[in-house]
Amino acid sequence: MTPIPLNHFVIFSLFLFSIGLYGTLTRRNVIGILMGIELMLNAANINLIAFSRYISPNPETGQIFVIFVIVLAACAAAVGLAIVLAMYQNRKTVQAEDIHILKW
Amino acid sequence: MEILYFFAKTGFYATALVTLAAAILVVTLRNLFHCALALILSLLGVAVTYLYLKAEFLAIIQILLYIGAIMTLLIFAIMLTHRLTDRSVSQTNRQSLPAFALLAVFNIFFIASLAAVPWKINSASLAAKIDTQALGAFLMGPYVFPFEIISIVLIIALVGAVILGRTDQ
Amino acid sequence: MAETIDQIFVLAKDRFLDLLGIVLPDWIILLVRILISIAVLLAVAPVVMMYMTWLERKVLGRIQNRYGPNRVGIFGLLQPIADGIKMLTKEDIVPKNADQVIHFLAPVVIVIAPLLVLAVLPFGRNMIAADLNVGLLFFLGVSTFGVIALFMGSWASRNKYSLLGGMRAFAQMISYEIPMVLSVVPVILVTSSLSTAAIVEAQLGWKWFIFTPWGGFAALVFFLCGVAEVNRTPFDLPEAESEIVAGFHTEYSGMKFALFYMAEFISTFAISGLAVTLFLGGWDGPAFLPSWFWFGLKTFILILIMIWFRGTLPRFRVDQLMGFAWKVFLPFTLANIFIAALWALLPYPKNFIADTIGITVILTLLQIFNRKETPKKRKYLYAN
Repeated sequence: MTPIPLNHFVIFSLFLFSIGLYGTLTRRNVIGILMGIELMLNAANINLIAFSRYISPNPETGQIFVIFVIVLAACAAAVGLAIVLAMYQNRKTVQAEDIHILKW
Repeated sequence: MEILYFFAKTGFYATALVTLAAAILVVTLRNLFHCALALILSLLGVAVTYLYLKAEFLAIIQILLYIGAIMTLLIFAIMLTHRLTDRSVSQTNRQSLPAFALLAVFNIFFIASLAAVPWKINSASLAAKIDTQALGAFLMGPYVFPFEIISIVLIIALVGAVILGRTDQ
Repeated sequence: MAETIDQIFVLAKDRFLDLLGIVLPDWIILLVRILISIAVLLAVAPVVMMYMTWLERKVLGRIQNRYGPNRVGIFGLLQPIADGIKMLTKEDIVPKNADQVIHFLAPVVIVIAPLLVLAVLPFGRNMIAADLNVGLLFFLGVSTFGVIALFMGSWASRNKYSLLGGMRAFAQMISYEIPMVLSVVPVILVTSSLSTAAIVEAQLGWKWFIFTPWGGFAALVFFLCGVAEVNRTPFDLPEAESEIVAGFHTEYSGMKFALFYMAEFISTFAISGLAVTLFLGGWDGPAFLPSWFWFGLKTFILILIMIWFRGTLPRFRVDQLMGFAWKVFLPFTLANIFIAALWALLPYPKNFIADTIGITVILTLLQIFNRKETPKKRKYLYAN
């Protein structure tokens, strides 16, 4: 039984990252941008685990750092959504281009 | 038995295709709630990919944290702002064509360079079995410092979210 | 003989596979071995659900001084089948403005989660469909799908009562998820395993966790959170009939409505089964009866307690519900992890004393910080 080649995992995560980046670049809605960022983080996670599993001498390193990334993603989502809700209450908008002033 | 491994491998490629298709739906659909559901499907696909990399614990954590916590938060936010996310409002800006061109170039460059790299596969790591206990031991041993920092970051995020989210000033 | 009856299902499965092995190659046997477990779970779960509805109506009837269903068959035993036929032949109505696809998907997804989690429950000795080494986390993780599915249903209906029910369900299930997971942590800490089969083996010989000081309270918290997770009375705010019509399934009829009910009853069964596995010793019991009988009996008792709750307690208010989770359960379960660690660390008589002191302290603190703030009686100086 030969394992799935490493390149296939990397190309899969490359595509996932590109799609996430595309979403982040083209969405107007802040929540949509956040979804794109989540996709990119997931692509990075796949890479971390795949490389640590196939190449690194300590295969646990990647998994530990994926735990950290997931926790940070949760923090980002919580704070980001709190900001979105504050924005919605104060400015009645969730479009990224409407939020161009630095203070009010 | 050989045929079962073949099925398993085919399963990986099928999962990858479903994940990517769901990801494309995430960035193209107009209805944000549908986007969130597609994102859930995509995250599930990533969890299955973790299973193929023998990271069972992370696969479950992915479901528990991403789908159970982050996605519920996202859907909650979508719903609280849903009057602004209906179909009459355009959801994409005018950068989609340049972004697509840029990413196409980026992808071609990376795939070309990936094909040129000879990876040195470490067969000992590939066969190693890492169970949850071992992960816990590593988290409490060599990686205890980042672990503590992460917990401080979590506390800060918690307090920050509460301060940002409260309405009575 | 007792051994044979204990292992009767396992033996039957092995014998069947041996018979198949004569004609079929071994990779098909491997697949069939997996498929049999799945098929049995998929066949048993709806039957369990059907007779749970019958049991609930019968027991509730007795609590309220009436008979309950008694027309169809003896003791009304065929009532669930009659209900099923009625549900199947009903018209399926989809609201005009509803999100058609998601309105259809929601009841499908909501049944998948409770059926999946049954795979990691040990129903008896060697009777577990999939002994994952992260089984417990699998249970907790997969059961979060219920929230998403429930929300899909409520959002897709385009009905304000549905949306209100969905909002309530969301807030409630997220809040009770946290103390539920935290109340399980002491068990993981003591057994140092996430596999449900290993957790049951750690409790064999009457060392059930409910008999330890931390385990008794953790079991109570887990069970109450479980009742809240499956939206049963007194935590049934998401589908409160007297307030918001039927909550998230207001716009569902016919078989889709039945699927929502099926999901609720199967998750009730699954949560009771998990509580039995974690705290009540799973299939452990005196050897004169088979292990699967003990598992069934304990689960049945927990389900009866849930029905008893429904017949007795009024519904919570929203603020009471939230306060209960965040002000009482969450601090207690956090302290309970520390108390369980003391239990695992110290030798026998000392750990009992330490735990008793710890639990007394945390309960007193909770009592002090959660006491009702009654305003002081006003003195009216100039009026009488």
